[in-house]
Amino acid sequence: MSNYLYLAWIPLLPLATFVLLGLFGRKYFAKTAGIIGTASLLTSTLLSFVAARQYFLEDGKVNGAYQKIIALKYTWLEFSPNVSIDMGIIVDPISIMMLIVVTSVSLMVHIFSLGYMKGEERFATYYAFLSLFTFSMLGLILSSNIFQVYMFWELVGVSSFLLIGYYFNKPSAVAASKKAFIVTRFADLGFLIGILILGFYGGTMDISLLIEKLTVTSSAAFVNITTASFLGASMLTWGLTLIFVGGAGKSAMFPLHIWLPDAMEGPTPVSALIHAATMVVAGVYLVARLFPVYSMDESALTIVTYVGAFSALLAAIIACTQTDIKRVLAYSTMSQIGYMMFALGISKNGGENGLGYMASMFHLFTHAFFKSLLFLGAGSVIHMVHSNEMKDMGGLRKLMPVTHIAFLIACLAIAGIPPFAGFFSKEEILLAAFHANKLIYGVALVTAGLTSFYMFRLYFSIFWSKESTVHNNHGEGPWTMKLPLIILAICAVGVGFVPFSQFVTSDGIALTTHIDLLFSIAPVGLTLVAILLAASFYKTQNNKPEKAALAFGGFYTAAHKKFYVDEVYLFITKKIIFPLIGQPIAWADKYIVDGFMLALANTTAKLSTSIKGLQSGKVQNYALYFFGGVLALSILFIYIWK
Amino acid sequence: MNLSLLILLPLITALAILFSKGLKQIRAIGLAGSVAQLGLAGWILKLYMNERSNGNTTAYLFESNYSWFKALHINYHIGIDGISLAMILLTSFIVVAGILVSWTMEQLSKEYFFLLVLLSIGAYGFFISLDLFTLFFFLEIAVIPKFLLIGIWGSGKKENSAMKLALMLMAGSALVVVGLLGVFYNTGTFDIVEITQLGISVAAQQLFFPFAFLGFGVFAALFPFHTWVPDGHASAPTAASMFLAGISMKLGGYGCLRIALLMPNGAQEYAWIIILLATIAIIYGAFATMMQTDLKYINAYSSISHCGFVILGIGMLNKTSINGAVIQMVSHGLMTALFFAAIGMIYSRTHTRLVAQLGGLLKVMPFISTVFVIAGLCSLGLPGLSGFVAEMTVFMGAWQNPDVWHRLATIISAASIVVTAVYILRATGKTLMGPISNEHAVLTDATWNEKLAAGLLIIGILIIGIAPFLINQLIMPSTDILMAQFEKAITLK
Repeated sequence: MSNYLYLAWIPLLPLATFVLLGLFGRKYFAKTAGIIGTASLLTSTLLSFVAARQYFLEDGKVNGAYQKIIALKYTWLEFSPNVSIDMGIIVDPISIMMLIVVTSVSLMVHIFSLGYMKGEERFATYYAFLSLFTFSMLGLILSSNIFQVYMFWELVGVSSFLLIGYYFNKPSAVAASKKAFIVTRFADLGFLIGILILGFYGGTMDISLLIEKLTVTSSAAFVNITTASFLGASMLTWGLTLIFVGGAGKSAMFPLHIWLPDAMEGPTPVSALIHAATMVVAGVYLVARLFPVYSMDESALTIVTYVGAFSALLAAIIACTQTDIKRVLAYSTMSQIGYMMFALGISKNGGENGLGYMASMFHLFTHAFFKSLLFLGAGSVIHMVHSNEMKDMGGLRKLMPVTHIAFLIACLAIAGIPPFAGFFSKEEILLAAFHANKLIYGVALVTAGLTSFYMFRLYFSIFWSKESTVHNNHGEGPWTMKLPLIILAICAVGVGFVPFSQFVTSDGIALTTHIDLLFSIAPVGLTLVAILLAASFYKTQNNKPEKAALAFGGFYTAAHKKFYVDEVYLFITKKIIFPLIGQPIAWADKYIVDGFMLALANTTAKLSTSIKGLQSGKVQNYALYFFGGVLALSILFIYIWK
Repeated sequence: MNLSLLILLPLITALAILFSKGLKQIRAIGLAGSVAQLGLAGWILKLYMNERSNGNTTAYLFESNYSWFKALHINYHIGIDGISLAMILLTSFIVVAGILVSWTMEQLSKEYFFLLVLLSIGAYGFFISLDLFTLFFFLEIAVIPKFLLIGIWGSGKKENSAMKLALMLMAGSALVVVGLLGVFYNTGTFDIVEITQLGISVAAQQLFFPFAFLGFGVFAALFPFHTWVPDGHASAPTAASMFLAGISMKLGGYGCLRIALLMPNGAQEYAWIIILLATIAIIYGAFATMMQTDLKYINAYSSISHCGFVILGIGMLNKTSINGAVIQMVSHGLMTALFFAAIGMIYSRTHTRLVAQLGGLLKVMPFISTVFVIAGLCSLGLPGLSGFVAEMTVFMGAWQNPDVWHRLATIISAASIVVTAVYILRATGKTLMGPISNEHAVLTDATWNEKLAAGLLIIGILIIGIAPFLINQLIMPSTDILMAQFEKAITLK
């Protein structure tokens, strides 16, 4: 086995950048912070590609299957002899694949931000936070211990919080950052308890060992965890479902998705990195990481499937009605992640039946490129018109040709038009769904149609629709903003041709897949119809959209209001938790607990006042007490004596 | 190594302060003395680790024993194990930081610094005592300075707060005395080492454990005896708040731990009550914090919640959970001192602690704001900072008890991390972020002494957070020994 220890540098370089810029950035690197951050990340990216080449093409494969390699394991915090948090590095197809995704997208965002964030007062802080995020995300990917995953998971959450709240004097940004952190924190509680359950029965926190113990039906650990039950479900189901709750929080699955649209308050490149390509797929990655264990429990997988499918459909419907272009993209992200989730849910572990797993990872891979492209494109547009609203846009295709073409390519990719990247991965997901569950297939198909509709609604509204009202003279932005768009556009075409099934599968053994033209007719046809519909609605200004909205009536309004999920949360927090739990406790503390102590003190004081007459200093009183005492004692004495 | 140096050095510092003149001289002496003490503690740490790595497995190292009251078998018996050493290190960190943030204390500075150092003498003496009477003696030494510090230099309804704090702590002490006397009449000695060997009869444990444990529990802000905490902390001057939460409350936690280990049967019998009260403290404290509007009250109530984890760890009675309790004491001490320091810095500039009157401070005070955020993140258990290590160790220990009630207590306690996130982010969002008012827009950032104080505490937090194996190396061998004695005592009875 060869040495993969150098992988440690991939997260450590951004960490070093964070420390450097965090401590000295404001003073010494106010202008050069961007260059430093980009250079360090470029090194990480190159190392990731070296690692991918080494693993996939040279020595990862043993006996026809890609192996899981533990490159490093260091006991970081020991709880008891078996159970500890280790700092480890795991090398397997999905971790390497994720390394490529995260470093590449992050690099593009670093470059893009050089232009986009230029002149910001806290430029160095921005790059420090960006580095912190990249470090945390890379650490999460490489974790070999489930508790290590949890640690980086939390760090990712905090860096996301810091970046969303980057414009800290904007109250909406502050509120959004808080919301994102608290909602995901709530989900993380589930994750934590899930870890405790699996760790307790598995007797270890090490992912490889955990998988080893919990996938052999005859092992003691497996028997214990499946026979112990609580409220009718086995502890395995509980553990896995609770871990999925954590994943659903980060991956914005219904009903924990409410933070994602608000998170768009952050700078747009941040949205491209965190809320499109990396952090939000952490939940998918988590389920994939523990997939062998998930595949042992049908109930947990069913939950994953239906939550994923429902989220995909719900988000696609909402996306059709939003007018803020970043929010449309946010709901689109949620919808696509739902796709990845249910693809995992319907999959089996290993062999031909593991198609869903492969497809899910493939979609994660392609989605990262075209979705970050969409966000960066949106960023470029926002940079130009200084607004997020569709009504302020239109006819921008001549003003920003590079953005226009890149955005169009990304739209085609996400819609799943061959030969763009999204087509290949989506096709595999649909195929897997078709064989596993017809209902899910139906939902997936409808979602695919809706996706094309809202994406091209977005495209036409931004670039066509009406004559541009923007009079600007600073052009499309510097080359630092165009270059990432061009590179990502090339990826959005190219990455679909990566022979993904040869490399990333549930059991490490290559899977042969082929594109079935007959099967593709339905989804591609539906997509084309949806695009034509969007063109007729939005290519030129007309009243069709209003008519359609009216035709849907209440349903349209509900979708426009995001199905009132936010209102439900507000009700629970503002009307239940604060007034019915918080306030009574604060009240009780003041008037009951403290009141009791005060009463105790006052009674003591009163008592002492009332008996202080006993110490009056008058001898005749003392004599009286003395005789009284003697009398009482005598009576007592005689009484006891008898 | 003579541990009496740990008391002697602050004593000399205190005397030197009494004989010096002017704020400049006083604070220089105070700082020099406390830095020397920090160095001494570091040196003891080195010697201690050397002894342990040389294979010394005695429970307590560097013991010395002098007879004090022969008739009552009261000895000045001192010695340390990993747990007490951790507390000593914590104390010495906080004392230095506390003196640094009091750098410009003009009002009665001599008395102020004298009392701070006196308080630390009580704490050091308490942590090195192996004799219950000596232990109690030092505990009382630490109480009176608190009363004066709040009553004289405090703010708001300071007399009331000072009185409340002193009375409740005295009541706690009274309970402790009853418990300790019970132990003495049963075993004929106050000596912890001897008592561990002799064992206390089960009946006596059942009778006296609650007194001693609850008595120390008052110091550790155990529900429902926590009400001195919010008022006391809020009225105290900054350094006193830091000492109070960072050191004084740890006297209680440490006392509870020693009592639980000294009376294993009592601890086991009453564990369910301890766990119940701790769980209530954790979640109740968290919700109560959520409703506070004054920064100092926020931190004081959150201390109740966080100290609940210490008690929870002790109540769960296994190696991991007790390790967690000790780490939580150290972590909470550093973190809460840092928080109070940051709040003090904000208060001294804005003259308000009300969240509603603050906002956008990040713009003019980037350093203080960063300190505030780090303390907050530590409080909500961010990995990489000490709070995470401590809380997770407590959870892992608690989870080792597999029955439903222990599980429920663990899950409810774990749920507090969500509430913690809510109140920390609310405080951070309203104080540091958002628009800034015009009168606050001209304020200045931290001065060098404040930076140094915060930096010192942050270093402590980071050491535990990034390299928890270090503190584990210090504590674990001792918990192993103590818990082995504990198991033995349980099986013997």
